[in-house]
Amino acid sequence: MKEVAVVGAGMTLFASRMMETGKELCWEAAKQALDEAGLSLQEIDAVIMGTAPDAFDGIHKKGENLLDGAGGANKPYMRVYTGGGTAVMTPIAGWWHIASGMFDTVLVVNEEKMSSARPHAQSVFAHIWDPILDRPLRPNLVWIFAMEMQRYMHKYNVRKEDIALVSVKNKRNAVDHPCAQLADPKITVEDVLNSEPMALPVRRLDISPPSDGASALVLASLDVAREICPDRIVTIDGVGWCIDTTMWTNRDLAFPKFLARAADQAYRMAGIKDPKKEIHIAEPYDPFNYKELQHMEGLLLCEPGEAAILTREGVTQRDGRLPVCPSGGLLGVGNPIAATMGIKVGEIYWQLARKAGKRQVRNDPVTGVCQAWGDLMQFSSVLVMRRR
Amino acid sequence: MEKISKPTEIKHQLGHMEVDHYHYTVGLAGERFFTALREEGKLLGARCESCGVTYIPPRIYCEECFAELDEYVDLGLEGEVRSFTIARIDRDGRPLDPPEIRALISFGEDTTDLLHLLGEVEPEEVYIGMEVEAVLKPKREREGKVTDIRYFRPIK
Amino acid sequence: MISQPRGRKLSREEAERVPHVVARPKARYAWSAGPATGRFLEELKEGRVLARRCNGCGRVLVPPRMFCERCFRPTDEWVYLPGTGTIQTYSISYIDTDANRIAKPILVGVLAFDGASEGCGIMHYFGEVAPEKLYIGMEVEPVWKPQAEREGAITDIKYFRPRRKEDRQ
Ligand SMILES: [Zn+2]
Ligand SMILES: [Zn+2]
Repeated sequence: MKEVAVVGAGMTLFASRMMETGKELCWEAAKQALDEAGLSLQEIDAVIMGTAPDAFDGIHKKGENLLDGAGGANKPYMRVYTGGGTAVMTPIAGWWHIASGMFDTVLVVNEEKMSSARPHAQSVFAHIWDPILDRPLRPNLVWIFAMEMQRYMHKYNVRKEDIALVSVKNKRNAVDHPCAQLADPKITVEDVLNSEPMALPVRRLDISPPSDGASALVLASLDVAREICPDRIVTIDGVGWCIDTTMWTNRDLAFPKFLARAADQAYRMAGIKDPKKEIHIAEPYDPFNYKELQHMEGLLLCEPGEAAILTREGVTQRDGRLPVCPSGGLLGVGNPIAATMGIKVGEIYWQLARKAGKRQVRNDPVTGVCQAWGDLMQFSSVLVMRRR
Repeated sequence: MEKISKPTEIKHQLGHMEVDHYHYTVGLAGERFFTALREEGKLLGARCESCGVTYIPPRIYCEECFAELDEYVDLGLEGEVRSFTIARIDRDGRPLDPPEIRALISFGEDTTDLLHLLGEVEPEEVYIGMEVEAVLKPKREREGKVTDIRYFRPIK
Repeated sequence: MISQPRGRKLSREEAERVPHVVARPKARYAWSAGPATGRFLEELKEGRVLARRCNGCGRVLVPPRMFCERCFRPTDEWVYLPGTGTIQTYSISYIDTDANRIAKPILVGVLAFDGASEGCGIMHYFGEVAPEKLYIGMEVEPVWKPQAEREGAITDIKYFRPRRKEDRQ
């Protein structure tokens, strides 16, 4: 198996991007990633596209629609789609394209355009529910998160105040991210706790904002990476993914066992025995504030119920012992589903390569983990990266 | 498992996708293209010198070399038929009378093609290589859409 | 490193003014319930809650299915349940399905049915209870539509209400 490195990353502003087409967003991100890698499109062997349901953009087979902006014309090209989990699943697909020995350089491009569906992307989201048993009850997607959050708080006795701290941390971190949509340097726990009720316990500021955007990564075999960017060798050392049953009303909503399995797979591959000690930085998926905590636990970075305590103690701040979502996360930078790759995999790459600028964490991390989560809140993809 | 003998009795739920409509942006290059069409009655392409390709409608990037394209060229209103099809039924299967002639219009060897309608010509008279010109709506009726071109008609 | 990104955030009004094309999808669907859920819905019409047992793992499954996803074998028999259950989680929703704001909240949650395996249940509404009275672990019972109005749908149960009369509103 060939070893694989990340050699470039790029992303667009995350916001409602009515001016640009999806293809144009793809190109902006992909071009940036290629420029950082110092490679031209002609030097790319294959292209991976990640984008969530066709119904968001209102274009069927939108992987094909986006391909020329993603640099896929006349190249081996495939679309990978695991809902929100796509953000970390496409880099995993990129990894196996190279690890298998098939290719030396792969461009990974993720895109999302949620502003096309009217009156609201919610009307598309509604079709994630079971059409027979759930949809006749006229559900809103937020319900499922509200119910999961309630169960999580109940089982592990987690306080809403501690969960709100995650929104505060991430929205403040995002102030230093040039692509951020909802950064807020002045936000307080009270602002979050008193924000508009959506589906309690979920309130407005517990949720990340839907956005349009694109992000891209350039992956290369370690040999190629040593040639083109010897100053920053950041490798993909572990990958894992796992999915829980479709019967969501039969699941344990408090602890994400499927994530623990995915994480375990990735850690074993990376030779990590004690993730609590060996992981120095994490970008767990944070579409809701409680998800960051639940995902830290699923990533085995702490015990179930402990993430809230670490957050309260400041451990997960940028200058803490285990910086979590130093990018500002989905909560701060925005949530263009698949395109959040840029603030998960992209951020860990920039941090390990010491290229995160104002967002650079203080503990000079060597090993980092990032994760995405999606489908009907049942899937996780995990990626472990190291600086060599 | 129990055998289903009457498929009409299979329990089902009827529904539809509640999206009212989609709002498709024309994009940065699209905005240049449609503004020029509406305001000046011009067809613009974007040129990549290094690849020797002109894209119509224009794009902000070259899909071959990924260069940013900011050179817009006026392609004129004349082209030739690269390929065509004669549609005698509409997309719901109803007869189209007169039939619609759909064609790929080429504006030169190194340009991409534009899909549009042919008009003022009988289906049996159309041939590949036929020289055609765009017939535009009058300016006050143009709204910055591909339908601002009514159709292409034979020059001769 | 991220260079300064292009573009900018548009206001809602600006976004509407960007040149665009509008299209309306007209997709209509008939979603098949399948034999297991189909039978489950038919029994709801009679005011009964039905589950399916897997003799491989011994689980009693709701929603019922014709195969066990753990043992990966056909399930074995139908089991009637009393219809009562316990709240596993809930939400007090101030938004409806289209994200419109609503003044009177929808009470919704997941309940596990008595007589089914641990955690086996469905999503449904809760009623005859004040929002602040709801708690995880509350015992609930179904409130059915009048028989004549039932149509073999999950909504044949109007909602679940607290079993303890003191908890009802
Ligand atoms: Zn070119
Ligand atoms: Zn079984």
